[in-house]
Amino acid sequence: MSVKNRQQTNLLLLLFPATAWLMVFFILPVLIVLLYSFLERGTYGGVTWIFTLSNYQRLFSGLFLGVIGRSLWLAFLTTVACLLAGYPLAFFIATRSPRWRNALLLLVIIPFWTNFLVRTYAWIILLRSEGVVNTALQSLQIISEPLNLLFTPFAVAIGLIYGYLPFMVLPLYSSIERFNFSLVEAAHDLGANDIRTFWRVFLPLTSRGIVAGSILVFVPAVGAFITPDILGGSKTVMVGNLIQNQFMKARDWPFGSALSMLLTVIILIPVLIYFRVSDETQ
Amino acid sequence: MTKTKLDLLVRAIGKKWLWVQAALAFAFLYLPILILIIYSFNASRFNAVWRGFTLDWYRSLFSNAGATIATSSSAGIWTALNNSLLIAAISTVLATVFGTMIALALERFHFPGRKAVEALLFLPIIMPEITIGISLLVFFTLVFRIVENLTGIRLNLGLPTVIIGHVVFNISFVTITVRARLAELDPQLEQAAFDLGANEWRTFWRITLPLIWPAIFSAALLALTLSLDDFVVTFFTTGVGSMTLPLFVYGLIKFSVTPAINAISTLMLLASLLLVVSSLKVQKN
Repeated sequence: MSVKNRQQTNLLLLLFPATAWLMVFFILPVLIVLLYSFLERGTYGGVTWIFTLSNYQRLFSGLFLGVIGRSLWLAFLTTVACLLAGYPLAFFIATRSPRWRNALLLLVIIPFWTNFLVRTYAWIILLRSEGVVNTALQSLQIISEPLNLLFTPFAVAIGLIYGYLPFMVLPLYSSIERFNFSLVEAAHDLGANDIRTFWRVFLPLTSRGIVAGSILVFVPAVGAFITPDILGGSKTVMVGNLIQNQFMKARDWPFGSALSMLLTVIILIPVLIYFRVSDETQ
Repeated sequence: MTKTKLDLLVRAIGKKWLWVQAALAFAFLYLPILILIIYSFNASRFNAVWRGFTLDWYRSLFSNAGATIATSSSAGIWTALNNSLLIAAISTVLATVFGTMIALALERFHFPGRKAVEALLFLPIIMPEITIGISLLVFFTLVFRIVENLTGIRLNLGLPTVIIGHVVFNISFVTITVRARLAELDPQLEQAAFDLGANEWRTFWRITLPLIWPAIFSAALLALTLSLDDFVVTFFTTGVGSMTLPLFVYGLIKFSVTPAINAISTLMLLASLLLVVSSLKVQKN
């Protein structure tokens, strides 16, 4: 066997397992869901092989549009809050001495490695009516009656911000750390003050981290399932919960499929735009 | 150039505010975790008020009660832990081997369709988890029905289907981690081994593998953690009798109010911490 042939065989052997696995257990299943979203529901769950667009028409009825709108709104709020909290934090960490930098970065990563369910659950202890926040506020006599915090959109927003803040801080940190601080001196020499330097020099040059962090937070937040399920109650249903309901309770698989295709499109669009733009600027 | 008073004031406030903001952010990240740990030792059953130190909630996990606080299934916490470890071990090995192989292909070969392969690896990371989960549920249901119609054999969701799902999302993370290391590695080292007469196989085992071993190990640890933590994909691909630890905790949170959740959560926190620390140790060596 020639070297070239042998190399080609090696390449195919290396490529095969992962590619085959993802084609069979990822691409094919998603395509089946896409197909199901155009079928009618069967009597006992499942599907009937009659093609229809009614599942997609239903998506745009008021009720479901509201849920989709709420998911987008909560994900947007989460992204903005993570950005506002994460940017100064990333700046703080990136401007410490190398030793402190690593230690502080580790402190950001630890929650990221701990179980999401456990971290979400911790907020129940804090937010429920006889929970830590209410008990503290009552004993300080700021409030007389416990506040209704758990099972509200507020609780979901807090849970999402808490869950995804590390996703924002890490890319921000790496773009701020790479920033050349002599540019700040240059701006000062040219007469710009701190605020102007920040807006005109620092912010634009760290925008890559801002965009990457925002995508890393927004994407999982739109499709969030655990957080609204545990902290949201029946009034703060998000798309993820709606999809789960269609599959596990309502047993309307075609409609659930249409919902999950819509969710996928909502998420893929900003990501694809990001890669287009960042490819062009490179 | 002299600075105006206003500029100096802005700078002074900015510096102080930065410290305050960082302190608040870290408090936000750690306060819930700390409170969770503290309350796992609280003698009070329902109240947030401190009623004294107790190990009862831990005891209830390690005694027979551990089996009875289970909710939707009769399986106890130990079965759940066993299943979690089994799923994580098998899916980590598969994903690490497959992911390392494809990382080698992408970093060491130029071939048509490389972009397509990269896109294929990228998709499971950005696809909503719930879409991956329900796609697998739909897929397995369909395949199982076809199998039953053709052969009469009835298949059910269970540990193998969960493992398949975990390998799907883990392959990409392993590939990214290993590729980063391969990209740093000087290809001339491998070229030198070729020139000295080693074949591809020998070069891989004697040169490439030892050099990228730390990256493979930390990729495996990441896969292990992701698998142990996963709730969404597991939730949709699991069947009766294949309860995992996160599913068990979810059942406790949703259907019962017992401080034993605090105890089990604290133990899971400790386990994750151990994983992070050991991963960092490996990367430093």
